[in-house]
Amino acid sequence: MAGRSALLVENVSKNFGGLIAVDAMTFEIEEHQVLGLIGPNGSGKTTMMNLVSGALKLNSGRIRLFGGDISGLAANRIARHGVARTFQLVRMLPSMTARENVFAGGVFGHRRLWGRDLEENAEAMLEKVGLGGAGSTPVSAMTYIDQKRLELARALVSDPKLLLLDEWLAGLNPSELRIGIDLINSLREEGRTIIVVEHVMDAIRSLCDRCVVMNSGAKIAEGTPQEVLADEEVIRAYLGDEHA
Amino acid sequence: MTGAEVRNFVIAIVLFALAALIPLTGSGYWLSIGVSIATFMVLSTSWALFSGPTHYISLATGAFYGIGMYVVGLGIEILPYPVLLLIAAVLGAVLAALVGLATLRLSGVYFVIFTLGLAELIRQLVNWGQTTQGSSSGLYVLTDISEPMIYWQLLGLGAIVYLLGWWINRSRLGFALRIIGNDEVVAVHSGINTASAKIILFVVSGTVATVTGALLAPRLSYIESSIAFSPMLSFLVVIMALLGGAHRLWGPIIGVVPFMLVWDLVTAKFPNQTTLVLGICFLLIVYAIPHGLAGLVEKYRARARGAF
Repeated sequence: MAGRSALLVENVSKNFGGLIAVDAMTFEIEEHQVLGLIGPNGSGKTTMMNLVSGALKLNSGRIRLFGGDISGLAANRIARHGVARTFQLVRMLPSMTARENVFAGGVFGHRRLWGRDLEENAEAMLEKVGLGGAGSTPVSAMTYIDQKRLELARALVSDPKLLLLDEWLAGLNPSELRIGIDLINSLREEGRTIIVVEHVMDAIRSLCDRCVVMNSGAKIAEGTPQEVLADEEVIRAYLGDEHA
Repeated sequence: MTGAEVRNFVIAIVLFALAALIPLTGSGYWLSIGVSIATFMVLSTSWALFSGPTHYISLATGAFYGIGMYVVGLGIEILPYPVLLLIAAVLGAVLAALVGLATLRLSGVYFVIFTLGLAELIRQLVNWGQTTQGSSSGLYVLTDISEPMIYWQLLGLGAIVYLLGWWINRSRLGFALRIIGNDEVVAVHSGINTASAKIILFVVSGTVATVTGALLAPRLSYIESSIAFSPMLSFLVVIMALLGGAHRLWGPIIGVVPFMLVWDLVTAKFPNQTTLVLGICFLLIVYAIPHGLAGLVEKYRARARGAF
């Protein structure tokens, strides 16, 4: 399903003082694809996500979203261009109800919903992530997986052109994991363009069209999940020399 | 508008109409308390428009208020009074925008300290200006504006603040501020320009405080920088807003009325213990009613609803 280029990352680097967190990364994701960004802890995956969403400013390189240059834009501008994300540690708006948390994603995103439109879309997203009827619940009364679902609904309500899921499946128990994978799979079948950062190998195998593997801030492999997970350098990066 | 909104609107109009009758009682005591209450109603409510949702505690009220007073004090012999009010509003808005641009990227504590320092800085500048100009340390404001006029003007300003607050609360801007108060990172990633949202509200509350100072200048007839730029005023505004509840538009006023009645008694009977009362009030609010009287009202209302 070769589509238009959704996101093109070209030679992007980011350093924090002397530490090079992302080192000349280049990769591309096409429309309607699910790309897995994987690698051992501390390999720079989350930093890469933060560079795409604008939470961090890149030092060099270029990021293009559907051809338009978004490198160096503020996060709110990038969100308006249609990039939505979830966070590694779930971030709720604690003084608000579940419904209002979803509203937050829709009002200022690139759809800029308000009034009836907003309410209908938010209700539909709550339904989609399995929180139908829970709109009035205060978030403080929600379980961890429900908060994760809610965060996903908040990202989806803006109808993003690119969705970034940063370890969205982390911390779920086996049965919740099944639900979570099915949920992301349903998004993939809708034709959403998604980048996932994940450690859960089952999820990577069943969800991702392609994978980019990072180690020490640089790309070490790229291809289908089967290809990269069989790659010697990838195995070495995860498990050490003696296993390769 | 929903049914509840129409009801609240009617209640507000009735309360304002009743409040407007106070000068007609002819009692100097009640009029004087009325002016104090109206002053802090305006200041606390507009303070809470910005600080309520964002949780940025501003102690700059005194700076804006003092500027308003000095605009009237300096210009009263030269320009008509309404023009001075307009100049005060514009000056307040410009200063608030500049301060906002410079400080709203600062987090919590730094912002508080900066706003406190701002009032002192402006006071020192005014002192310096007055001594280098060789004039006396204060200004006379002699007008024929009577106390009932001042009171009605404050009520009018209060009505504008409430309408503005109501409109902001139901707008995207109001929702943006609530999100910012909850989690600024989420706000940014939802597409909110957090800096401009905060600056707009800071300008609104700064402008209102400046105009309030301008309205009150004729009441004093003699203005001194230590009175105009009093840090006590900034603290009183915060305490009354928190006592009432800064998260609701109608919160600050239910803090202002009882507080001013008690405050008036304390300043009259125990003038040396005012700071002590202020401190105790602050402790009580923080420990006993963190969401203010409005929070208590809401809690009991929810409980009563749950009981039936």
